Amino acid sequence: MYQFLTGPMLWISFAVFFVGLAARVYLYIKGLHWQMDRVAYGHFNDRGVKWALKSILFWLIPFKPMCWQKKPIFQTLFFLLHIGLVLVPLFLYAHVMLIEQAWGVSWPTLPGWLADALTIAAMVAAVMMAVRRVALPEVRIITTLHDWFVLLLSLAVLATGFFSAHQQGGGDVWVLAHIALAEALLIAAPFTKFSHIVLFFCSRAQIGMDYGIKRGGAKGRGIVW
Amino acid sequence: MPEGILCNKTPIQNEEELKRLLADTRGRQYYAEMQELEVDRDKLRTTLANTFRSRFKTWLEICARCGMCADSCFLYTVNQRDPKQVPSYKIQSTLGEIVRRKGDVDGAFMRHVMEVAWSQCTCCNRCGQYCPHGIDIGVMMGYTRGLCFSQGFVPWELKIGSGMHRVYRAQMDVTPEEWVETCEWMAEEQQDEWPGLEIPIDKEDADIMYTCNAREPKHYPEDLAEAAILFHIAGENWTVPSKGWEQTSLSMFAGDWEACKLQAMEVYAAMERLRPKRMVGTECGHAHRATVIEGPYWAGYRDGQPPVPCIHYVEWVAEALRTGKLKIDPAKRIKTPVTYQDSCNYIRNYGLAEIGREILSYIVEPGYLREMAPNKEHNYCCGGGGGFNGIGMFRPQRNKALLMKREQILNTGASMVIAPCHNCWDAIRDLEEEYAIGISWSFLKPLLIHMVEVPEHLKPKEEDEDE
Ligand code: SF4
Ligand code: SF4
Repeated sequence: MYQFLTGPMLWISFAVFFVGLAARVYLYIKGLHWQMDRVAYGHFNDRGVKWALKSILFWLIPFKPMCWQKKPIFQTLFFLLHIGLVLVPLFLYAHVMLIEQAWGVSWPTLPGWLADALTIAAMVAAVMMAVRRVALPEVRIITTLHDWFVLLLSLAVLATGFFSAHQQGGGDVWVLAHIALAEALLIAAPFTKFSHIVLFFCSRAQIGMDYGIKRGGAKGRGIVW
Repeated sequence: MPEGILCNKTPIQNEEELKRLLADTRGRQYYAEMQELEVDRDKLRTTLANTFRSRFKTWLEICARCGMCADSCFLYTVNQRDPKQVPSYKIQSTLGEIVRRKGDVDGAFMRHVMEVAWSQCTCCNRCGQYCPHGIDIGVMMGYTRGLCFSQGFVPWELKIGSGMHRVYRAQMDVTPEEWVETCEWMAEEQQDEWPGLEIPIDKEDADIMYTCNAREPKHYPEDLAEAAILFHIAGENWTVPSKGWEQTSLSMFAGDWEACKLQAMEVYAAMERLRPKRMVGTECGHAHRATVIEGPYWAGYRDGQPPVPCIHYVEWVAEALRTGKLKIDPAKRIKTPVTYQDSCNYIRNYGLAEIGREILSYIVEPGYLREMAPNKEHNYCCGGGGGFNGIGMFRPQRNKALLMKREQILNTGASMVIAPCHNCWDAIRDLEEEYAIGISWSFLKPLLIHMVEVPEHLKPKEEDEDE
């Protein structure tokens, strides 16, 4: 089982993840249309590119956009969850070690205590987001099964990962569950809302270009988010 | 497939049809017919296939359902935080549903979509600023309006409005003859006070081609006179076209894209015919949006630019003050607490926030400006944008929508609101009528006229009369 999950299945998962997400980006860009979107893509490129980048970057900086300023708690949950799901796995000792064994390349890793702390923080954030979905009427009304799937799968990957790092004997159950769930996430990514892994950047770049090229960019107004 | 005589899928084609629709008081028959109107599902499916593309598809799909957009929407706030007013909900339950059902929706559903599209969203685009994914519900709601229009589900007043553009190339029944007459009449009226003042019609190669809102010649011709006086004082070489003078577009509010194109092209044709250096439009937000920001796309200009550079009236005023073409008499500056209404269409959506403040720095005595909170790009819609002001059946909802602006204005403590936008101006007038909070409201032109210094050579020569 372990062999299969860390062998062929891992390759399949990565392939689906990367090829699938690349396809999503390709289809997104292909589906843009200057006249339907009413944005002169390809014209005023200096402004377009500058605002596309600004539009992405701003939202990755805490307290930059007005929205983050107004919603500091949600902002915190957002960053903690995404740090736990994106950065921690990339710099986790156990992950990097696997890659080193396979390919002989490696990079610096997070100290164990920090990885643990960030993972716990991400799990807490995920739980709080779940609470939010139930507790706040304005979020409850728009929440769908799909949103629960995305949130719970993320939480499950984090939790099983955490437990597999800290299990006291008891075999490989947590490790196997962690790998299987993480692979499920990778495979689901292109076909579900996890596609925002890439489409977030596409969407933000597009609205940045929209403002940069057409809505105010020419007037030199700074970022308006 | 039953189609009403008045309420149907065919836009207004001629004056006769338009008059028939107008004669139907408050759209009584029109809305009765709409109850029976069926959806042409094949057509809806085809429209979606041709126009629903990756940007909207992605927006609907990746919406994280995080609810960040809720508080950004003034309609959510004024409606006691009704979850049904959350922007994401509004679009997912309308356009999202149409897309998921691949156009397989019925008349009752489309009537619901119509209500949401025109009474629960003013297309102010504010939510797009607060969405982490940059999802602009206002833009999608505009698209949804287009789907409604193509199926005949559009508020009566807006079917008339877009029909006006189709028949008269103006939002009201002002013919080119009437327009020219009004210009001549206004120029004549001013001769005593402003000898030599002209409203030059169809002058070629002028520096400025001025365009306006049909309401001005129709109901407030003095606005046109004021524009002429200010150009006269500033010594501008300007003109108005006999055709293509209307800058607004109710068809944009209606989602009648074909009429939008016809209307914008009419103005562009005037630009091409008269070759002005630039166009200056009147104090209207949606007019600027329609003719300058969106219009070039309807017209098919690949670079999204109108044939000649176009500026909003506030840009012209700021420039005239900056360069000294208009000089303000400091003694006549505004010395009552005053606030400024940022119009969504050219502030949030065109970056002119600082231009407004520059003007205020000339015309308001320091210390008397009371900014609204929030303001500039983050300001709330006046409450009547996107056609909301003009739709009779949604008047109660619109009146409720005014409450946000009421709060904002009251919090400033200002007794006067400067609103260089027809829609905002109307909304604030209605706000005062409805809630009587004791404010006055004004465009820039009448204020400027009263405080601008008149150069000696333009003053009427009084000694002539003595002789
Ligand atoms: S803020 Fe954006 S992502 Fe969040 S619910 Fe609203 S539209 Fe969806
Ligand atoms: S565009 Fe404006 S009115 Fe419409 S949902 Fe967004 S914030 Fe609300």
